[in-house]
Amino acid sequence: MIVDFKHHQSAHCENGVASNLLINQGLPISEPMAFGLGSGLFYVYLPFVKVNHAPAISYRPLPGLIFNRLAKRLGLKVKRIKFSNRVKAQQVLEQKIAEGIPCGLQVGVYHLPYFPEEYRFHFNAHNLVVYGKEGDNFLVSDPVMEITTTLTPAELERVRFAQGAFAPKGQIYYPIELPQSIDWEVAIRKAIKKTCTDMLAPVPIVGVKGMRMVARAIVKWPKKVGVPKANHYLAQMVRMQEEIGTGGGGFRFIYAAFLQEAGNKIGNTRLIDLSKEMTTIGDSWRDFAVNAARVYKKRKNGEDVYIALSKELMSLADREEQFFKKLKRAI
Amino acid sequence: MKESEVPQDKSSLKENDIKELCYAVNDDGEYVTALSSGWETKTIVQEATLSQIEERIREAKQQVSDGIYSPIVYFMEVNRMDMQTLCAYVSMWKWRVKRHFKPSVYNKLNDKVLQRYADAFGITVVELKAFTGKE
Repeated sequence: MIVDFKHHQSAHCENGVASNLLINQGLPISEPMAFGLGSGLFYVYLPFVKVNHAPAISYRPLPGLIFNRLAKRLGLKVKRIKFSNRVKAQQVLEQKIAEGIPCGLQVGVYHLPYFPEEYRFHFNAHNLVVYGKEGDNFLVSDPVMEITTTLTPAELERVRFAQGAFAPKGQIYYPIELPQSIDWEVAIRKAIKKTCTDMLAPVPIVGVKGMRMVARAIVKWPKKVGVPKANHYLAQMVRMQEEIGTGGGGFRFIYAAFLQEAGNKIGNTRLIDLSKEMTTIGDSWRDFAVNAARVYKKRKNGEDVYIALSKELMSLADREEQFFKKLKRAI
Repeated sequence: MKESEVPQDKSSLKENDIKELCYAVNDDGEYVTALSSGWETKTIVQEATLSQIEERIREAKQQVSDGIYSPIVYFMEVNRMDMQTLCAYVSMWKWRVKRHFKPSVYNKLNDKVLQRYADAFGITVVELKAFTGKE
């Protein structure tokens, strides 16, 4: 059983799966469009949650939210099923494939055999598509990979029932009802409004305020936890920012691509201008990552380097605050 | 980021023949997709993370060898797990797993409980029992 499925590589797994599933259903949505309409840009600092023994910073909303919001704005329905029984989870998946429905799956990354060692952590909110079965093996379209791969039933079961935070519980999802017509202007306006509200939220750990809180914390880390640990925190911050789902610069560029596409689609030139500004902010995020990694590499640092990093992040927060205020007015 | 600036540095991706997709601006100011073979900044923090994991594994091994902790601690580090993840895999409460970290408690565990740990670590009970931290 092989469902006709065209694989497109993407920068981020959840947008990628959303875009791939919809394209294959005959609704052409690019990855940036999926990311933008799903209001995927986010920032939250969770100092009380430790990931890899460092405070957690997330650059995206909770897993599944991007696709759900996208579905809501486009007026399509998504069916999600979670399982407690492993055998049943496999049966339902096979049945769906037999019906000709490619399914999105939430999986854990750690046991994915085709991932390089450096990427294998207990991160359970990865997404991929299963679109067929060849012999015993499942055909897998992992959006962050260039080409499709296969997984044995045992391997697939292992990643579907990974444990820990955000345990996927064998979750599968697929669109069941496509909209007749889409009001792009309303969808885009609502999606952008949501992102602006999120990033400007009056909550100390969220959006630009969250960035400022991290910026203040960076100065305190060396005194509070010692230089080696402070550097470890910085390294983990950069990792979460630039690697797991490309949160900092990477996300800014996808969002800028969305603004460009959206501006062209609904004929709003201000969005296209703002897209350019977002690109330069994304470049600064990458510079920030370069500098933070440099501090880590040098190991022995004076207090001034942490202050410099903190200032850099503060200025990013200021620029994004101005940016999202402008964006709010532009639509 | 301009299309021409998309980093093509040496990295673990390159060794595994994987390329990553990014979004960049072309000469006409339009967004396009481009493939990157890796970025030095990312490689630095990845290596940092890996070396920190190795350090933790070494430390755990020493502690098992010194009789401070049971082998569960060592295999937890080898599998890059934290407490929460391990508890979820063996479906036990945190306090129970913590108790099993003590060699005196661990040595009295029956095979049924050890099997749960062995499954979580992807090894056999025999392998788990055989580990002493000394070589």
